[in-house]
Amino acid sequence: MAILNALIKKESLHIIRDPRTLLITLLMPLVLLLLFGFAISTEVRNIRICAVVDRHTDETRAILERFRNNEYFDFQGLVASTEQNRMLEEGLTDAILILRTATGNMESQIIVDASNTTMAQAATGYIESMVSGQSGNSPIISSTLYNPQLKSSYNFVPGIMGMIFILICAIMTSVSIVREKETGTLNLLIVSPIRAATIILGKLIPYFILSAVILAIVLMLAYGVLGMPYSPASIVNVVLFSLLYILLSLSIGLLISALVRTQLAALIVSAVAFMLPVVMLSGMIFPIDNLPIVLQWVSAVIPARWYIAAMRKIMVQEIGIGFLVGELTILASTTAVLLTLAIVKFKSAVR
Amino acid sequence: MNAIVDISHLSARYGRTMALDDVSLQVDKGELFGVIGPDGAGKSTLYKILATLMPPASGGASVCGLDIVKDYRDVRSRIGYMPERFSLYKDLSVQENLKFFAALFGVSVKKNFDLIAPIFRQLERFPDRKAGALSGGMKQKLALSCALIHRPEILLLDEPTTGVDAVSRSEFWDILQSLKNQGITILVSTSYMDEANLCERIAMIDRGRILGTDTPARLVARLGERLFAARADNMFRLLEELRRLPQVKECYTFGANLHAVVSDDFDPQQAARMMEHCGLKGVSITPAEGTIEDLFIKLTANEQ
Repeated sequence: MAILNALIKKESLHIIRDPRTLLITLLMPLVLLLLFGFAISTEVRNIRICAVVDRHTDETRAILERFRNNEYFDFQGLVASTEQNRMLEEGLTDAILILRTATGNMESQIIVDASNTTMAQAATGYIESMVSGQSGNSPIISSTLYNPQLKSSYNFVPGIMGMIFILICAIMTSVSIVREKETGTLNLLIVSPIRAATIILGKLIPYFILSAVILAIVLMLAYGVLGMPYSPASIVNVVLFSLLYILLSLSIGLLISALVRTQLAALIVSAVAFMLPVVMLSGMIFPIDNLPIVLQWVSAVIPARWYIAAMRKIMVQEIGIGFLVGELTILASTTAVLLTLAIVKFKSAVR
Repeated sequence: MNAIVDISHLSARYGRTMALDDVSLQVDKGELFGVIGPDGAGKSTLYKILATLMPPASGGASVCGLDIVKDYRDVRSRIGYMPERFSLYKDLSVQENLKFFAALFGVSVKKNFDLIAPIFRQLERFPDRKAGALSGGMKQKLALSCALIHRPEILLLDEPTTGVDAVSRSEFWDILQSLKNQGITILVSTSYMDEANLCERIAMIDRGRILGTDTPARLVARLGERLFAARADNMFRLLEELRRLPQVKECYTFGANLHAVVSDDFDPQQAARMMEHCGLKGVSITPAEGTIEDLFIKLTANEQ
């Protein structure tokens, strides 16, 4: 026990005496959360639109009036039908709305510049709803559950948490162990009578505590600044899941450290083998259902996918842990397997 | 048997390279034993095996009567290992490093301080300085203190004086002598041949093989040949000309001089005249005492 204390104290000194790394570790979640929460958003605003109308009716006037007054659109006015292609080709507008009333019934057509897919999809959706809202035969009443304002931060906070912990825990643990390999101090630890398990605990505990501090910062931001829906029960679940996920990330770091020799290799393996899949395949940014089927299979073995899915359910839907048995089982068993594997590998490496 | 370190037919390999080839050595209790050999001779590998960091490929060794493979855990508390490279925590202070290594072995710094007190005296002046900011000699003293703090029976020092200035080196050997007087067995390796004479017995090692184990004096006596030191204004030409003489068996650079191993019919005065005849100036050829280095050159030359 005294030995473990000494190891933890030593590790804490390493962390404190490297203020640059510590600062990056604490600031990165902050910056990422604020960036994704406020600055980066998948909402589309200021869509430039022109209209082509062959003969005005009350209906067309009403529709155009609504476009003029909508904050999502920048209505550029009427153009001649001969102009429409040139406008799009020269990038003077994003969308053309064509309304034909010559036959008596109104027909509408939307032409969108899809060189920016996200914008095009959003614009088509908006325009359709604004045009059909008037036609009136059977209006669709839609209600948006859980995130009525469609805030993108609701979507990003769980994703960012999934990324941050892999990033910080895996990189910091693996680099700190591999650094001891590089400087030769790990050999001195091995040559002392302490057990491999004690060395491992001495590494995991300080980084677990540090990660818990980061979790606290992230949650304060998420609830305080980004206005995530708050309830005591959901917070307990969030903390529980996150601590499990932190342990999983630490195990990954430990495993990496047992497999590589240099700090650089540890960094590259952590970043490429773990960070990239988390960003691309975990559903953090791109919905998993949109991935090709093969990549969907790959994403099933990425722990972050299950963590992020669970976080969305807990934080946004605020549903109880009873609905999350699947995710919980997957995360817990992955943690158990990875941790065992890491300990076995580490022990055989240091024996 | 009085051997505290008993190595028998030990071999080790890295992939296909043989790092140690059938090494057998006995070190007696309380001895100051030197392992002398050039870089890459296998010294560090031998130390790693004795420190239980690396398993031998074949053969075995015992330390304090404990097998280094079977009883590796017990061996670890009996030895103090100081690796070739400075391996302490550079971002921890002198005091913190020492305390940490004491805690690892479950001992208190205070209880064992008497052992390291003479070494630690100079470091005591700046207990809060980071280990990474110490000079080479100081780093080495701190590393030695940390290796000693648990009062090991055997000290394994792997090239402790490499990269350390001459004053600190001689100081370091004085320290080793005083530790030896306190009954600690010391196995020290070095690539500096001149340090061989500071050991009681030495083992000469090259390319993974032991060339000979004995006291330095007796090893030098094995040289058994006439040896002359030669110098002139143009050392390189002198080397070339001496090598041409039939009585000179071997000639090589040795410090500032040349050493020539010669047959019985070699006449130094005559040789000096011949050299001057070749246009060299200030030629002097005088009898020389053989050293471990001469023996090394002889033994390794025979091998090739």
